[in-house]
Amino acid sequence: MSINESKTVVETSRERRLKQTPAALADDVKKTLLSNHHPDYRQDAYQTLRVGPNAGDRTVKELAALLEAKSHLAGGSLPLTPQEKVDVLIIGGGGAGAAAALEAQAAGANVLLATKLRLGDSNTVMAEGGIQAAVNPDDSPLRHFADTLKGGHFKNDKKLLRILVEEGPSAVHWLMRLGVLFDRDETGNLKMRSGGGTSVPRVLTCRDYTGLELMRVLKDAVINEKIRVMEFAPAVELLSGTDGGCAGAVLKDLDNDRFIVVQAKVVIISTGGSGRLHIQRFPTSNHFGATGDGLALAYRLGAKLLYIDTFQYHPTGSVFPEPMAGLLVTEALRSAGAQLVNAKGERFVNEMETRDVVAAAVIQECQEGRGVPTPGGRMGVWLDIPVVEQLHGEGTIEKRFPNMLRLFSRYGIDIKKEPVLIYPTLHYQNGGIKIDEQGRSTIDRLLVAGEASGGLHGRNRLMGNSLLDIIVFGRRAGQAAASLAKTTGWAAPTLNHLQAFEAAQAKANMHPDVTSPLLFPDYVRRTQGATTA
Amino acid sequence: MTPMVTEKPATPLVSVEIMGKPHRVPQGITVLQAMWYSGHELVRGVGCLGGTCGACGIVYRTTDTFELKNGLGCQTLVEEGMSFSMVPHFAAARAHYKITELADPKEALFELYPEAARCVNCNACNRVCPQGIDVRSSVWCAVFGNFDQVAELTMSCNNCGLCVVRCPADMAPNLIALYARRAYGVHEMPPPERLNHRIQEISGGMWEAEWQKIQSMDDTALTRYCLDYSKPAAK
Repeated sequence: MSINESKTVVETSRERRLKQTPAALADDVKKTLLSNHHPDYRQDAYQTLRVGPNAGDRTVKELAALLEAKSHLAGGSLPLTPQEKVDVLIIGGGGAGAAAALEAQAAGANVLLATKLRLGDSNTVMAEGGIQAAVNPDDSPLRHFADTLKGGHFKNDKKLLRILVEEGPSAVHWLMRLGVLFDRDETGNLKMRSGGGTSVPRVLTCRDYTGLELMRVLKDAVINEKIRVMEFAPAVELLSGTDGGCAGAVLKDLDNDRFIVVQAKVVIISTGGSGRLHIQRFPTSNHFGATGDGLALAYRLGAKLLYIDTFQYHPTGSVFPEPMAGLLVTEALRSAGAQLVNAKGERFVNEMETRDVVAAAVIQECQEGRGVPTPGGRMGVWLDIPVVEQLHGEGTIEKRFPNMLRLFSRYGIDIKKEPVLIYPTLHYQNGGIKIDEQGRSTIDRLLVAGEASGGLHGRNRLMGNSLLDIIVFGRRAGQAAASLAKTTGWAAPTLNHLQAFEAAQAKANMHPDVTSPLLFPDYVRRTQGATTA
Repeated sequence: MTPMVTEKPATPLVSVEIMGKPHRVPQGITVLQAMWYSGHELVRGVGCLGGTCGACGIVYRTTDTFELKNGLGCQTLVEEGMSFSMVPHFAAARAHYKITELADPKEALFELYPEAARCVNCNACNRVCPQGIDVRSSVWCAVFGNFDQVAELTMSCNNCGLCVVRCPADMAPNLIALYARRAYGVHEMPPPERLNHRIQEISGGMWEAEWQKIQSMDDTALTRYCLDYSKPAAK
């Protein structure tokens, strides 16, 4: 069946489907669905780590290769005379890094923010869904806590989670004081939307540009506070003091391939996620630089990682047309009533189940022959977006989802009138570097904030909790780093940790040819054959 | 943008010019993908790959018109005879300000961005904007102090800066809009009552007893508690 024929099935079944509500799944049914169809459960995609603080733990092969890789400094003898000396070095310029920088500088620290691309080039800028905060009278921090814990399969770090939900409203207030424009209702209060796994509407939005609005305001604030920013300068190795704590980092200036040694009293890692590793060959919704750099850096220094065996595959990534493959189709559309429909014109899952469950259900449909093949060789099911207009009136999509509307219109697809083909896309790193309430890792003077950290979201993150995470814990890490810097002296930088790590690799008879951090995915065509005319 | 899940069927090639040099690349791919296909390493001019971050501005011509076009490299498809170049960064005059400390943000606009009043209504910004923003109106709204309308008009701005490239009055309409939006949020939007109320409730320890209870629960009790709590609230 061609895509156009299949689309007709969606249109002819729409009236019938409007009246249906697929039942919520029982817990044991969910468990079976996940273990049979969720990518986290594919045994052959995993391997066991042999060296480092998580030796014996399992993770996906793509990440394992980077955690156990060699350093960019391997075999060299870089002089460790610092070219820069700062109180707080922040590695990563997305939302968490920017929030940390603003707070650290406000607390009196001398801050340097180093980032691989430009300040703001991050997953934050792409977040469409919104930010959770328990504000309404029918809601409470306790309810936010309960929903999130349930969504995370009860594996969340409960201390971190309590902080997230209790500081949610004040984090939103802080953003508004910087000038972030959240959508309001007619009474002037914040407009609330539902998300998968939220028992009451709790997601604040700036239309479907929430992440973009947050990031451009944070970036403007960082620039106007005259915080020092070094762009196109990713960290390639951390530095250790003789006590084993962190003492700074080695950056690589991408303009001239020179190393820059930065001595810092405290380092904050805010490097984000790892979607561009294309784990299990999945397409991704992530930005170009999301290559898990912070995990590899922290791991070699000895920081413990948590839940590195679980990733979020967002159920609705675009699969057609081909240039849009992997791009996120926001969950807010499903919250507004958009339906998931298989090739037979049937709904097959309640769209508001948590992301892992919906993703597994979509994969099941495709594996069992109820998917729709694309000309690019992919499989997908339909997301029937026009239902949103039928439920909420004409013009709803233009008003609430202008970004989605524009992105598809560039390929001649009008989502007001047509369904789109979707398949799960690699979206979020559920785990990461283990942190405490101040963002401290298990290594002294090494702090972490945002997606690079692990524990807060358990084994599955809810929509809107990541934007909240980067603000609440970005700010906390910035404050904690500034106060730590006041009571900390300068540790002489060494690469002792790297020598120890290399010794452990040699002992385990490992001779990695991969270098980490990866920095960028490699999409350049290298096969022979000229492209010049 | 992403690896193929299966071998792609043979696609016809088209002739394009990348920064003045001819190349043959597959039809139907984006400008950035064409750069990778022809062997270019990208560090600048690539970002979110989803049309949102504004890193990949391009300037290009097609054979059907004399017009010099602009767009985003991750969102523009190659076609036969197309010639394109990257515009990853263009210097813009940026004002510095402390947004909360402005006494009169509307008046301050003329000190921070005096060039805002120099618009000659040429409409070049509107023609160039890949987001379809009515940039020209947003500049005039800023000049007239209607910051709420600036916010409404420019919410989708990704700061790609292509308007800066084309403006004959030498202004940066995207930065003027960013200033106006922030000033509007900080100085004009009334604080939402419920948010302030909730912040007070939390700082007053309203749920402290309940938190104590939760902290003393074992895993089974806590699971039951959460499942009960997170049933949809009664309407």
